[in-house]
Amino acid sequence: MMEDSKKLEEFQAKIDADVKIEPKDWMPDKYRQNLIRQISQHAHSEIIGMQPEGNWLTRAPSLRSKKILMAKIQDEAGHGLYLYCAAETLGVKREQFLKWLHDGVAKYSSVFNYPTLSWADIGAIGWLVDGAAIVNQVSLQGTSYGPYSRAMVKICKEESFHQRQGYEIIVNLANGTKEQKQMAQDALDRWWWPSIMMFGPHDADSAHSNQSLKWKIKRESNDELRQRYIDKTIHQGEHLGLTFPDENLSWNDKTNHYDYSPIDWDEFWNVVKGNGPGNKARLAHHTKAHNDGAWVREAAIAFQEKQKLKSKIA
Amino acid sequence: MNNNLFTYCLRLGDNGLILSHRIAEYCSAGPQLEEDLAITNVGLDLLGQAESFLKYAADIKGAGTTEDDLAFKRKEKEYRCVHLTEIPNIDYAFIMARQFLMDTYNFYLFKKLCSSKDTIIAGISAKAIKEITYHLNRSSDWIVRLGQGTDESHKRIQTAFNDLWMFTDELFETDEIEKDLANQGIGVDSSSLKKDWENKIKEVFSLAGLEKPTIEKHSLAYGKFGFHTEYLGFLLAEMQHIPLLYPDAKW
Repeated sequence: MMEDSKKLEEFQAKIDADVKIEPKDWMPDKYRQNLIRQISQHAHSEIIGMQPEGNWLTRAPSLRSKKILMAKIQDEAGHGLYLYCAAETLGVKREQFLKWLHDGVAKYSSVFNYPTLSWADIGAIGWLVDGAAIVNQVSLQGTSYGPYSRAMVKICKEESFHQRQGYEIIVNLANGTKEQKQMAQDALDRWWWPSIMMFGPHDADSAHSNQSLKWKIKRESNDELRQRYIDKTIHQGEHLGLTFPDENLSWNDKTNHYDYSPIDWDEFWNVVKGNGPGNKARLAHHTKAHNDGAWVREAAIAFQEKQKLKSKIA
Repeated sequence: MNNNLFTYCLRLGDNGLILSHRIAEYCSAGPQLEEDLAITNVGLDLLGQAESFLKYAADIKGAGTTEDDLAFKRKEKEYRCVHLTEIPNIDYAFIMARQFLMDTYNFYLFKKLCSSKDTIIAGISAKAIKEITYHLNRSSDWIVRLGQGTDESHKRIQTAFNDLWMFTDELFETDEIEKDLANQGIGVDSSSLKKDWENKIKEVFSLAGLEKPTIEKHSLAYGKFGFHTEYLGFLLAEMQHIPLLYPDAKW
Protein backbone atom coordinates (compact mmCIF):
# COMPACT_ATOMS: atom_id res chain seq x y z
CA MET A 1 0.00 0.00 0.00
CA MET A 2 2.79 2.36 1.00
CA GLU A 3 4.59 1.54 -2.20
CA ASP A 4 1.46 2.21 -4.25
CA SER A 5 0.90 5.61 -2.74
CA LYS A 6 4.53 6.48 -3.38
CA LYS A 7 4.15 5.37 -6.99
CA LEU A 8 0.99 7.37 -7.28
CA GLU A 9 2.74 10.45 -5.95
CA GLU A 10 5.57 10.05 -8.44
CA PHE A 11 3.08 9.49 -11.22
CA GLN A 12 1.19 12.69 -10.37
CA ALA A 13 4.50 14.59 -10.19
CA LYS A 14 5.30 13.47 -13.73
CA ILE A 15 1.88 14.55 -14.93
CA ASP A 16 2.26 17.91 -13.19
CA ALA A 17 5.65 18.40 -14.86
CA ASP A 18 4.08 17.61 -18.28
CA VAL A 19 6.19 14.50 -18.75
CA LYS A 20 4.37 12.09 -21.08
CA ILE A 21 3.38 8.69 -19.74
CA GLU A 22 4.57 5.87 -22.02
CA PRO A 23 3.17 2.31 -22.37
CA LYS A 24 5.79 0.60 -20.15
CA ASP A 25 5.66 3.22 -17.39
CA TRP A 26 3.81 2.47 -14.20
CA MET A 27 0.31 3.97 -14.18
CA PRO A 28 -2.67 3.69 -11.84
CA ASP A 29 -5.26 1.13 -12.93
CA LYS A 30 -7.91 3.79 -13.13
CA TYR A 31 -5.74 5.90 -15.43
CA ARG A 32 -5.30 2.88 -17.68
CA GLN A 33 -9.01 2.04 -17.63
CA ASN A 34 -9.98 5.63 -18.29
CA LEU A 35 -7.66 5.78 -21.31
CA ILE A 36 -8.81 2.42 -22.65
CA ARG A 37 -12.38 3.70 -22.53
CA GLN A 38 -11.64 7.10 -24.03
CA ILE A 39 -9.21 6.11 -26.80
CA SER A 40 -11.27 3.13 -27.94
CA GLN A 41 -14.42 5.24 -27.91
CA HIS A 42 -12.58 7.75 -30.04
CA ALA A 43 -11.42 4.99 -32.44
CA HIS A 44 -14.94 3.56 -32.70
CA SER A 45 -16.26 7.05 -33.50
CA GLU A 46 -13.88 7.36 -36.44
CA ILE A 47 -14.94 3.98 -37.80
CA ILE A 48 -18.68 4.33 -37.27
CA GLY A 49 -18.39 7.87 -38.67
CA MET A 50 -17.45 6.36 -42.04
CA GLN A 51 -21.04 5.15 -42.45
CA PRO A 52 -23.08 8.38 -42.56
CA GLU A 53 -20.56 9.80 -45.03
CA GLY A 54 -20.33 6.60 -47.03
CA ASN A 55 -24.09 6.91 -47.40
CA TRP A 56 -23.50 9.72 -49.95
CA LEU A 57 -20.24 8.54 -51.50
CA THR A 58 -22.08 6.71 -54.28
CA ARG A 59 -24.22 9.81 -54.89
CA ALA A 60 -21.51 12.49 -54.75
CA PRO A 61 -22.56 14.96 -57.45
CA SER A 62 -19.19 15.62 -59.14
CA LEU A 63 -15.97 13.72 -59.75
CA ARG A 64 -14.07 16.21 -57.62
CA SER A 65 -16.45 15.94 -54.66
CA LYS A 66 -16.44 12.16 -54.94
CA LYS A 67 -12.65 12.01 -54.86
CA ILE A 68 -12.47 14.34 -51.88
CA LEU A 69 -15.14 12.47 -49.95
CA MET A 70 -13.51 9.13 -50.68
CA ALA A 71 -10.15 10.45 -49.48
CA LYS A 72 -11.80 11.88 -46.40
CA ILE A 73 -13.51 8.63 -45.44
CA GLN A 74 -10.21 6.87 -45.99
CA ASP A 75 -8.60 9.31 -43.56
CA GLU A 76 -11.24 8.42 -40.97
CA ALA A 77 -10.31 4.75 -41.35
CA GLY A 78 -6.67 5.76 -40.89
CA HIS A 79 -7.53 7.71 -37.73
CA GLY A 80 -9.35 4.68 -36.40
CA LEU A 81 -6.25 2.61 -37.08
CA TYR A 82 -3.85 4.98 -35.23
CA LEU A 83 -6.24 5.13 -32.31
CA TYR A 84 -6.75 1.37 -32.05
CA CYS A 85 -2.95 1.03 -32.13
CA ALA A 86 -2.61 3.66 -29.39
CA ALA A 87 -5.27 1.88 -27.33
CA GLU A 88 -3.60 -1.49 -27.85
CA THR A 89 -0.47 -0.20 -26.09
CA LEU A 90 -2.58 -0.32 -22.92
CA GLY A 91 -2.81 -4.10 -23.12
CA VAL A 92 -6.10 -4.77 -24.93
CA LYS A 93 -6.27 -6.29 -28.44
CA ARG A 94 -8.28 -4.76 -31.29
CA GLU A 95 -10.51 -7.83 -31.52
CA GLN A 96 -11.57 -7.21 -27.92
CA PHE A 97 -12.31 -3.53 -28.61
CA LEU A 98 -14.52 -4.57 -31.52
CA LYS A 99 -16.29 -7.14 -29.39
CA TRP A 100 -17.04 -4.47 -26.77
CA LEU A 101 -18.37 -2.25 -29.54
CA HIS A 102 -20.59 -4.97 -30.99
CA ASP A 103 -21.85 -6.00 -27.55
CA GLY A 104 -22.84 -2.40 -26.80
CA VAL A 105 -20.37 -2.17 -23.92
CA ALA A 106 -18.24 0.47 -25.65
CA LYS A 107 -19.73 3.67 -27.01
CA TYR A 108 -18.92 5.92 -29.94
CA SER A 109 -19.82 9.52 -30.59
CA SER A 110 -23.60 9.74 -30.58
CA VAL A 111 -23.60 12.29 -33.37
CA PHE A 112 -23.09 9.49 -35.90
CA ASN A 113 -26.46 8.04 -34.99
CA TYR A 114 -28.15 10.87 -36.86
CA PRO A 115 -29.03 10.22 -40.51
CA THR A 116 -27.44 11.95 -43.53
CA LEU A 117 -30.48 12.96 -45.58
CA SER A 118 -29.03 15.14 -48.32
CA TRP A 119 -25.72 16.05 -49.94
CA ALA A 120 -25.66 19.14 -47.72
CA ASP A 121 -25.32 16.83 -44.71
CA ILE A 122 -21.90 15.84 -46.02
CA GLY A 123 -21.01 19.52 -45.87
CA ALA A 124 -22.52 19.86 -42.41
CA ILE A 125 -20.59 16.86 -41.06
CA GLY A 126 -17.32 18.35 -42.24
CA TRP A 127 -18.09 21.89 -41.16
CA LEU A 128 -19.86 21.22 -37.86
CA VAL A 129 -19.09 17.68 -36.69
CA ASP A 130 -15.44 17.74 -37.73
CA GLY A 131 -15.29 21.39 -36.67
CA ALA A 132 -16.38 20.37 -33.17
CA ALA A 133 -14.09 17.35 -33.16
CA ILE A 134 -11.08 19.50 -34.03
CA VAL A 135 -11.63 21.77 -31.02
CA ASN A 136 -11.53 18.70 -28.81
CA GLN A 137 -8.64 17.06 -30.64
CA VAL A 138 -6.41 20.13 -30.72
CA SER A 139 -6.79 20.21 -26.95
CA LEU A 140 -6.03 16.47 -26.73
CA GLN A 141 -2.66 16.93 -28.47
CA GLY A 142 -1.52 17.88 -24.99
CA THR A 143 -2.94 14.76 -23.33
CA SER A 144 -0.62 13.06 -20.86
CA TYR A 145 -0.48 9.62 -22.52
CA GLY A 146 2.28 9.66 -25.15
CA PRO A 147 0.78 7.34 -27.84
CA TYR A 148 -2.59 9.11 -27.65
CA SER A 149 -1.01 12.54 -27.85
CA ARG A 150 1.09 11.58 -30.89
CA ALA A 151 -1.92 10.05 -32.66
CA MET A 152 -3.78 13.33 -32.07
CA VAL A 153 -1.03 15.45 -33.63
CA LYS A 154 -1.28 13.40 -36.82
CA ILE A 155 -5.07 13.36 -36.80
CA CYS A 156 -5.39 17.12 -36.29
CA LYS A 157 -3.49 17.82 -39.51
CA GLU A 158 -6.03 15.83 -41.51
CA GLU A 159 -9.07 17.01 -39.60
CA SER A 160 -8.50 20.61 -40.56
CA PHE A 161 -8.63 19.53 -44.22
CA HIS A 162 -11.93 17.76 -43.45
CA GLN A 163 -13.40 20.82 -41.85
CA ARG A 164 -12.49 22.93 -44.90
CA GLN A 165 -13.87 20.26 -47.24
CA GLY A 166 -17.21 20.40 -45.44
CA TYR A 167 -17.30 24.16 -45.31
CA GLU A 168 -16.54 24.34 -49.03
CA ILE A 169 -19.61 22.20 -49.76
CA ILE A 170 -21.76 24.50 -47.60
CA VAL A 171 -20.29 27.62 -49.27
CA ASN A 172 -21.12 26.24 -52.71
CA LEU A 173 -24.66 25.40 -51.64
CA ALA A 174 -25.21 28.73 -49.92
CA ASN A 175 -24.12 30.52 -53.10
CA GLY A 176 -26.05 28.16 -55.38
CA THR A 177 -29.66 27.87 -56.48
CA LYS A 178 -32.57 28.49 -54.14
CA GLU A 179 -32.99 24.75 -53.63
CA GLN A 180 -29.32 24.35 -52.80
CA LYS A 181 -29.46 27.13 -50.24
CA GLN A 182 -32.49 25.50 -48.64
CA MET A 183 -30.59 22.24 -48.54
CA ALA A 184 -27.73 23.94 -46.64
CA GLN A 185 -30.12 25.58 -44.17
CA ASP A 186 -31.95 22.31 -43.57
CA ALA A 187 -28.64 20.57 -42.84
CA LEU A 188 -27.62 23.31 -40.39
CA ASP A 189 -31.01 23.04 -38.69
CA ARG A 190 -30.57 19.33 -38.12
CA TRP A 191 -26.84 19.16 -37.29
CA TRP A 192 -26.30 22.23 -35.12
CA TRP A 193 -27.59 20.85 -31.84
CA PRO A 194 -26.14 17.35 -32.24
CA SER A 195 -22.74 18.98 -32.92
CA ILE A 196 -23.00 21.03 -29.72
CA MET A 197 -23.87 17.89 -27.77
CA MET A 198 -20.69 16.20 -29.02
CA PHE A 199 -18.76 17.84 -26.16
CA GLY A 200 -20.75 15.77 -23.69
CA PRO A 201 -22.61 16.75 -20.52
CA HIS A 202 -22.05 20.02 -18.69
CA ASP A 203 -18.99 19.98 -16.43
CA ALA A 204 -21.11 19.61 -13.31
CA ASP A 205 -22.71 16.43 -14.69
CA SER A 206 -19.72 14.82 -16.34
CA ALA A 207 -18.87 11.49 -14.70
CA HIS A 208 -15.22 11.21 -15.74
CA SER A 209 -14.20 14.84 -16.05
CA ASN A 210 -12.50 15.77 -12.78
CA GLN A 211 -10.12 12.85 -12.56
CA SER A 212 -9.41 13.11 -16.28
CA LEU A 213 -8.41 16.76 -15.90
CA LYS A 214 -6.22 16.01 -12.89
CA TRP A 215 -4.41 13.32 -14.83
CA LYS A 216 -4.33 15.53 -17.91
CA ILE A 217 -6.07 12.90 -20.02
CA LYS A 218 -8.38 15.78 -20.85
CA ARG A 219 -6.86 19.24 -20.87
CA GLU A 220 -9.97 21.40 -20.89
CA SER A 221 -13.51 20.89 -19.69
CA ASN A 222 -16.50 19.99 -21.87
CA ASP A 223 -18.07 23.42 -21.43
CA GLU A 224 -14.89 25.33 -22.23
CA LEU A 225 -14.42 23.38 -25.44
CA ARG A 226 -18.09 23.67 -26.39
CA GLN A 227 -17.99 27.44 -25.96
CA ARG A 228 -14.86 27.73 -28.12
CA TYR A 229 -16.57 25.75 -30.88
CA ILE A 230 -19.71 27.89 -30.78
CA ASP A 231 -17.74 31.14 -30.74
CA LYS A 232 -15.69 30.20 -33.80
CA THR A 233 -18.57 28.74 -35.82
CA ILE A 234 -21.31 31.37 -35.66
CA HIS A 235 -19.71 33.92 -37.96
CA GLN A 236 -18.88 31.19 -40.49
CA GLY A 237 -22.60 30.46 -40.86
CA GLU A 238 -23.82 34.04 -40.68
CA HIS A 239 -21.27 35.05 -43.31
CA LEU A 240 -23.11 32.71 -45.70
CA GLY A 241 -26.55 34.06 -44.82
CA LEU A 242 -27.51 30.92 -42.90
CA THR A 243 -29.51 31.05 -39.67
CA PHE A 244 -28.63 28.99 -36.61
CA PRO A 245 -31.61 27.18 -35.08
CA ASP A 246 -31.38 28.95 -31.72
CA GLU A 247 -33.34 32.11 -31.08
CA ASN A 248 -31.32 32.90 -27.95
CA LEU A 249 -28.00 32.90 -29.72
CA SER A 250 -26.39 36.30 -29.10
CA TRP A 251 -23.01 37.84 -28.41
CA ASN A 252 -22.44 38.70 -24.77
CA ASP A 253 -20.09 41.65 -24.31
CA LYS A 254 -19.55 40.87 -20.64
CA THR A 255 -18.39 37.31 -21.10
CA ASN A 256 -16.94 37.85 -24.58
CA HIS A 257 -18.73 34.70 -25.67
CA TYR A 258 -21.97 33.73 -27.38
CA ASP A 259 -24.93 32.91 -25.13
CA TYR A 260 -27.07 29.98 -26.28
CA SER A 261 -30.25 28.17 -25.30
CA PRO A 262 -30.31 25.28 -22.84
CA ILE A 263 -29.31 21.98 -24.43
CA ASP A 264 -31.93 19.25 -24.73
CA TRP A 265 -30.19 16.66 -22.58
CA ASP A 266 -33.14 14.28 -22.79
CA GLU A 267 -32.44 13.92 -26.49
CA PHE A 268 -28.71 13.51 -25.82
CA TRP A 269 -29.15 10.71 -23.27
CA ASN A 270 -31.83 9.07 -25.36
CA VAL A 271 -29.41 8.77 -28.29
CA VAL A 272 -26.51 7.70 -26.05
CA LYS A 273 -28.71 4.94 -24.63
CA GLY A 274 -29.32 3.53 -28.08
CA ASN A 275 -32.57 5.15 -29.17
CA GLY A 276 -31.17 7.49 -31.81
CA PRO A 277 -32.36 7.20 -35.40
CA GLY A 278 -29.30 5.24 -36.49
CA ASN A 279 -27.90 3.37 -33.48
CA LYS A 280 -29.16 -0.06 -34.46
CA ALA A 281 -28.38 0.27 -38.16
CA ARG A 282 -24.83 1.60 -37.58
CA LEU A 283 -23.94 -1.22 -35.21
CA ALA A 284 -25.64 -3.85 -37.36
CA HIS A 285 -23.67 -2.67 -40.43
CA HIS A 286 -20.36 -2.81 -38.58
CA THR A 287 -21.09 -6.18 -37.01
CA LYS A 288 -22.17 -7.67 -40.33
CA ALA A 289 -19.06 -6.38 -42.13
CA HIS A 290 -16.90 -7.83 -39.37
CA ASN A 291 -18.66 -11.20 -39.43
CA ASP A 292 -18.70 -11.35 -43.24
CA GLY A 293 -14.94 -10.75 -43.20
CA ALA A 294 -14.16 -13.52 -40.70
CA TRP A 295 -13.29 -16.07 -43.39
CA VAL A 296 -10.91 -13.56 -45.04
CA ARG A 297 -9.07 -12.89 -41.78
CA GLU A 298 -8.90 -16.63 -41.06
CA ALA A 299 -7.50 -17.26 -44.54
CA ALA A 300 -4.85 -14.57 -44.09
CA ILE A 301 -3.76 -16.09 -40.77
CA ALA A 302 -3.76 -19.64 -42.14
CA PHE A 303 -1.67 -18.52 -45.11
CA GLN A 304 0.83 -16.78 -42.85
CA GLU A 305 1.16 -19.92 -40.70
CA LYS A 306 1.79 -22.04 -43.78
CA GLN A 307 4.48 -19.62 -44.94
CA LYS A 308 6.18 -19.80 -41.54
CA LEU A 309 6.11 -23.57 -41.65
CA LYS A 310 7.62 -23.57 -45.14
CA SER A 311 10.46 -21.28 -44.14
CA LYS A 312 11.19 -23.51 -41.12
CA ILE A 313 11.40 -26.61 -43.29
CA ALA A 314 13.56 -24.81 -45.82
CA MET B 1 -14.25 16.16 -83.46
CA ASN B 2 -12.06 13.05 -83.47
CA ASN B 3 -14.79 10.45 -82.85
CA ASN B 4 -12.49 7.50 -82.51
CA LEU B 5 -10.27 9.17 -79.97
CA PHE B 6 -13.33 10.41 -78.06
CA THR B 7 -14.80 6.90 -77.82
CA TYR B 8 -11.43 5.44 -76.89
CA CYS B 9 -11.05 7.91 -74.01
CA LEU B 10 -14.56 7.06 -72.83
CA ARG B 11 -13.64 3.38 -72.74
CA LEU B 12 -10.51 4.07 -70.70
CA GLY B 13 -12.33 6.52 -68.43
CA ASP B 14 -15.49 4.48 -67.91
CA ASN B 15 -13.64 1.36 -66.80
CA GLY B 16 -12.09 3.37 -63.97
CA LEU B 17 -15.27 5.27 -63.22
CA ILE B 18 -17.49 2.23 -62.81
CA LEU B 19 -14.96 0.00 -61.04
CA SER B 20 -14.15 2.81 -58.58
CA HIS B 21 -17.88 3.19 -57.96
CA ARG B 22 -18.14 -0.48 -57.01
CA ILE B 23 -15.25 0.07 -54.61
CA ALA B 24 -16.99 3.15 -53.19
CA GLU B 25 -20.04 0.99 -52.49
CA TYR B 26 -17.83 -1.26 -50.39
CA CYS B 27 -16.77 1.63 -48.13
CA SER B 28 -16.76 0.62 -44.42
CA ALA B 29 -17.57 -3.02 -45.22
CA GLY B 30 -14.03 -4.46 -45.55
CA PRO B 31 -12.93 -7.59 -43.67
CA GLN B 32 -10.64 -5.43 -41.56
CA LEU B 33 -9.68 -1.80 -41.25
CA GLU B 34 -6.39 -2.17 -43.12
CA GLU B 35 -8.30 -3.53 -46.11
CA ASP B 36 -10.82 -0.71 -46.01
CA LEU B 37 -7.88 1.67 -46.30
CA ALA B 38 -6.09 -0.26 -49.04
CA ILE B 39 -9.08 -0.85 -51.27
CA THR B 40 -10.14 2.78 -50.99
CA ASN B 41 -6.67 3.72 -52.20
CA VAL B 42 -7.23 1.62 -55.29
CA GLY B 43 -10.67 3.18 -55.79
CA LEU B 44 -9.22 6.67 -55.51
CA ASP B 45 -6.53 5.92 -58.08
CA LEU B 46 -9.11 4.55 -60.51
CA LEU B 47 -11.36 7.54 -60.00
CA GLY B 48 -8.44 9.89 -60.66
CA GLN B 49 -7.60 8.02 -63.88
CA ALA B 50 -11.24 8.16 -64.93
CA GLU B 51 -11.35 11.90 -64.29
CA SER B 52 -8.26 12.46 -66.47
CA PHE B 53 -9.60 10.45 -69.41
CA LEU B 54 -13.08 11.94 -69.18
CA LYS B 55 -11.60 15.42 -69.07
CA TYR B 56 -9.65 14.65 -72.22
CA ALA B 57 -12.80 13.25 -73.85
CA ALA B 58 -14.70 16.40 -72.82
CA ASP B 59 -12.00 18.59 -74.37
CA ILE B 60 -12.20 16.59 -77.59
CA LYS B 61 -15.98 16.98 -77.65
CA GLY B 62 -15.71 20.71 -76.95
CA ALA B 63 -18.73 23.05 -76.79
CA GLY B 64 -18.20 23.53 -73.07
CA THR B 65 -18.53 19.84 -72.21
CA THR B 66 -17.02 18.95 -68.83
CA GLU B 67 -15.78 15.69 -67.36
CA ASP B 68 -18.75 15.83 -64.96
CA ASP B 69 -21.19 16.04 -67.87
CA LEU B 70 -19.67 12.85 -69.25
CA ALA B 71 -19.50 11.09 -65.90
CA PHE B 72 -23.02 11.94 -64.74
CA LYS B 73 -25.21 12.92 -67.65
CA ARG B 74 -24.90 10.21 -70.27
CA LYS B 75 -27.51 7.58 -71.10
CA GLU B 76 -26.70 4.02 -70.13
CA LYS B 77 -25.97 3.02 -73.74
CA GLU B 78 -23.41 5.80 -74.03
CA TYR B 79 -21.16 4.32 -71.32
CA ARG B 80 -18.25 2.27 -72.62
CA CYS B 81 -17.09 0.26 -69.60
CA VAL B 82 -16.53 -3.50 -69.87
CA HIS B 83 -18.98 -5.85 -68.15
CA LEU B 84 -16.43 -7.00 -65.61
CA THR B 85 -16.38 -3.55 -63.97
CA GLU B 86 -20.16 -3.64 -63.54
CA ILE B 87 -20.36 -6.88 -61.53
CA PRO B 88 -21.64 -6.21 -57.98
CA ASN B 89 -19.65 -6.79 -54.78
CA ILE B 90 -20.91 -10.31 -54.13
CA ASP B 91 -18.28 -11.10 -51.50
CA TYR B 92 -14.63 -10.32 -50.84
CA ALA B 93 -13.55 -13.15 -53.15
CA PHE B 94 -15.53 -11.68 -56.05
CA ILE B 95 -14.21 -8.20 -55.27
CA MET B 96 -10.59 -9.37 -55.32
CA ALA B 97 -11.04 -11.67 -58.33
CA ARG B 98 -12.67 -8.86 -60.32
CA GLN B 99 -9.88 -6.52 -59.25
CA PHE B 100 -7.12 -8.96 -60.13
CA LEU B 101 -8.54 -9.64 -63.61
CA MET B 102 -8.86 -5.90 -64.28
CA ASP B 103 -5.50 -5.01 -62.70
CA THR B 104 -3.72 -7.54 -64.88
CA TYR B 105 -5.46 -6.20 -67.98
CA ASN B 106 -4.80 -2.58 -67.02
CA PHE B 107 -1.15 -3.33 -66.28
CA TYR B 108 -0.37 -4.54 -69.80
CA LEU B 109 -2.65 -1.98 -71.44
CA PHE B 110 -1.21 1.05 -69.65
CA LYS B 111 2.35 -0.17 -70.04
CA LYS B 112 1.80 0.14 -73.79
CA LEU B 113 -0.16 3.37 -73.54
CA CYS B 114 2.81 5.02 -71.81
CA SER B 115 4.43 5.21 -75.26
CA SER B 116 1.31 6.48 -77.02
CA LYS B 117 2.01 9.15 -79.64
CA ASP B 118 -0.80 11.14 -78.07
CA THR B 119 1.06 13.06 -75.36
CA ILE B 120 -1.99 13.40 -73.11
CA ILE B 121 -2.74 9.67 -73.13
CA ALA B 122 0.96 8.97 -72.59
CA GLY B 123 1.05 11.43 -69.70
CA ILE B 124 -2.01 10.04 -67.93
CA SER B 125 -0.70 6.50 -68.46
CA ALA B 126 2.76 7.29 -67.10
CA LYS B 127 1.16 8.32 -63.81
CA ALA B 128 -1.41 5.52 -63.88
CA ILE B 129 1.07 2.69 -64.47
CA LYS B 130 2.74 3.37 -61.12
CA GLU B 131 -0.61 3.07 -59.38
CA ILE B 132 -1.65 -0.01 -61.37
CA THR B 133 1.63 -1.77 -60.60
CA TYR B 134 0.77 -1.46 -56.91
CA HIS B 135 -2.83 -2.57 -57.55
CA LEU B 136 -1.64 -5.69 -59.34
CA ASN B 137 0.88 -6.55 -56.62
CA ARG B 138 -1.80 -6.19 -54.00
CA SER B 139 -4.50 -8.18 -55.77
CA SER B 140 -2.04 -10.93 -56.81
CA ASP B 141 -1.02 -11.31 -53.17
CA TRP B 142 -4.63 -11.65 -52.11
CA ILE B 143 -5.39 -14.24 -54.79
CA VAL B 144 -2.49 -16.37 -53.55
CA ARG B 145 -3.46 -15.80 -49.90
CA LEU B 146 -7.09 -16.77 -50.49
CA GLY B 147 -6.18 -19.66 -52.79
CA GLN B 148 -3.82 -21.13 -50.21
CA GLY B 149 -5.49 -19.93 -47.00
CA THR B 150 -8.29 -22.19 -45.80
CA ASP B 151 -10.58 -24.65 -47.57
CA GLU B 152 -13.32 -22.06 -47.44
CA SER B 153 -11.26 -19.24 -48.90
CA HIS B 154 -9.97 -21.56 -51.64
CA LYS B 155 -13.49 -22.58 -52.55
CA ARG B 156 -14.76 -19.00 -52.54
CA ILE B 157 -11.99 -17.56 -54.71
CA GLN B 158 -12.23 -20.46 -57.18
CA THR B 159 -16.01 -19.92 -57.41
CA ALA B 160 -15.49 -16.21 -57.99
CA PHE B 161 -13.11 -16.86 -60.88
CA ASN B 162 -15.40 -19.54 -62.34
CA ASP B 163 -18.32 -17.10 -62.34
CA LEU B 164 -16.37 -14.06 -63.54
CA TRP B 165 -14.43 -15.85 -66.23
CA MET B 166 -17.12 -15.42 -68.88
CA PHE B 167 -16.65 -11.67 -68.66
CA THR B 168 -12.96 -11.77 -69.53
CA ASP B 169 -13.21 -12.39 -73.27
CA GLU B 170 -14.59 -8.88 -73.72
CA LEU B 171 -11.28 -7.44 -72.52
CA PHE B 172 -9.57 -8.62 -75.72
CA GLU B 173 -12.34 -7.83 -78.17
CA THR B 174 -11.24 -5.25 -80.68
CA ASP B 175 -12.96 -3.08 -83.31
CA GLU B 176 -12.18 -0.60 -86.06
CA ILE B 177 -11.76 2.24 -83.57
CA GLU B 178 -9.01 0.45 -81.69
CA LYS B 179 -7.37 -0.78 -84.85
CA ASP B 180 -7.32 2.71 -86.31
CA LEU B 181 -5.79 4.21 -83.16
CA ALA B 182 -3.34 1.33 -82.81
CA ASN B 183 -2.20 1.90 -86.40
CA GLN B 184 -1.54 5.53 -85.58
CA GLY B 185 0.44 4.56 -82.46
CA ILE B 186 -2.11 6.29 -80.23
CA GLY B 187 -4.11 3.37 -78.78
CA VAL B 188 -3.67 -0.35 -78.25
CA ASP B 189 -5.35 -3.22 -80.07
CA SER B 190 -6.84 -5.14 -77.11
CA SER B 191 -6.32 -8.51 -78.76
CA SER B 192 -2.56 -7.91 -78.55
CA LEU B 193 -2.76 -7.97 -74.73
CA LYS B 194 -4.22 -11.44 -74.40
CA LYS B 195 -1.00 -13.46 -74.30
CA ASP B 196 0.65 -11.42 -71.54
CA TRP B 197 -2.58 -11.37 -69.59
CA GLU B 198 -2.99 -15.13 -69.80
CA ASN B 199 0.60 -15.75 -68.74
CA LYS B 200 0.25 -13.56 -65.67
CA ILE B 201 -3.03 -15.21 -64.71
CA LYS B 202 -1.44 -18.61 -65.15
CA GLU B 203 1.51 -17.65 -62.95
CA VAL B 204 -0.65 -16.35 -60.10
CA PHE B 205 -3.14 -19.23 -60.36
CA SER B 206 -0.28 -21.66 -60.11
CA LEU B 207 1.01 -19.98 -56.94
CA ALA B 208 -2.52 -19.90 -55.53
CA GLY B 209 -3.35 -23.50 -56.48
CA LEU B 210 -6.33 -22.40 -58.57
CA GLU B 211 -7.75 -23.94 -61.73
CA LYS B 212 -8.21 -21.85 -64.84
CA PRO B 213 -11.90 -21.93 -65.76
CA THR B 214 -12.64 -23.36 -69.19
CA ILE B 215 -15.53 -21.24 -70.45
CA GLU B 216 -14.36 -18.97 -73.28
CA LYS B 217 -17.13 -16.97 -74.87
CA HIS B 218 -20.04 -15.43 -73.06
CA SER B 219 -21.77 -12.90 -75.22
CA LEU B 220 -21.86 -11.15 -78.53
CA ALA B 221 -22.82 -7.80 -77.03
CA TYR B 222 -20.17 -6.01 -75.02
CA GLY B 223 -20.05 -3.08 -72.63
CA LYS B 224 -17.27 -1.37 -74.55
CA PHE B 225 -19.71 -1.12 -77.48
CA GLY B 226 -22.57 0.18 -75.33
CA PHE B 227 -24.41 -3.06 -74.46
CA HIS B 228 -24.35 -3.54 -70.71
CA THR B 229 -25.28 -5.93 -67.93
CA GLU B 230 -28.53 -5.42 -66.04
CA TYR B 231 -26.46 -4.15 -63.12
CA LEU B 232 -25.28 -0.93 -64.75
CA GLY B 233 -28.67 0.78 -64.90
CA PHE B 234 -29.11 0.58 -61.13
CA LEU B 235 -25.56 1.76 -60.52
CA LEU B 236 -26.13 4.78 -62.77
CA ALA B 237 -29.51 5.57 -61.20
CA GLU B 238 -27.70 6.02 -57.91
CA MET B 239 -24.59 7.72 -59.26
CA GLN B 240 -26.51 10.21 -61.41
CA HIS B 241 -29.18 10.91 -58.79
CA ILE B 242 -28.24 14.46 -57.78
CA PRO B 243 -27.09 15.87 -61.16
CA LEU B 244 -30.32 14.63 -62.79
CA LEU B 245 -32.55 15.89 -59.97
CA TYR B 246 -30.94 19.37 -60.00
CA PRO B 247 -29.78 19.86 -63.60
CA ASP B 248 -29.00 23.57 -63.18
CA ALA B 249 -27.05 23.32 -59.96
CA LYS B 250 -23.27 23.42 -59.64
CA TRP B 251 -21.59 21.47 -56.84
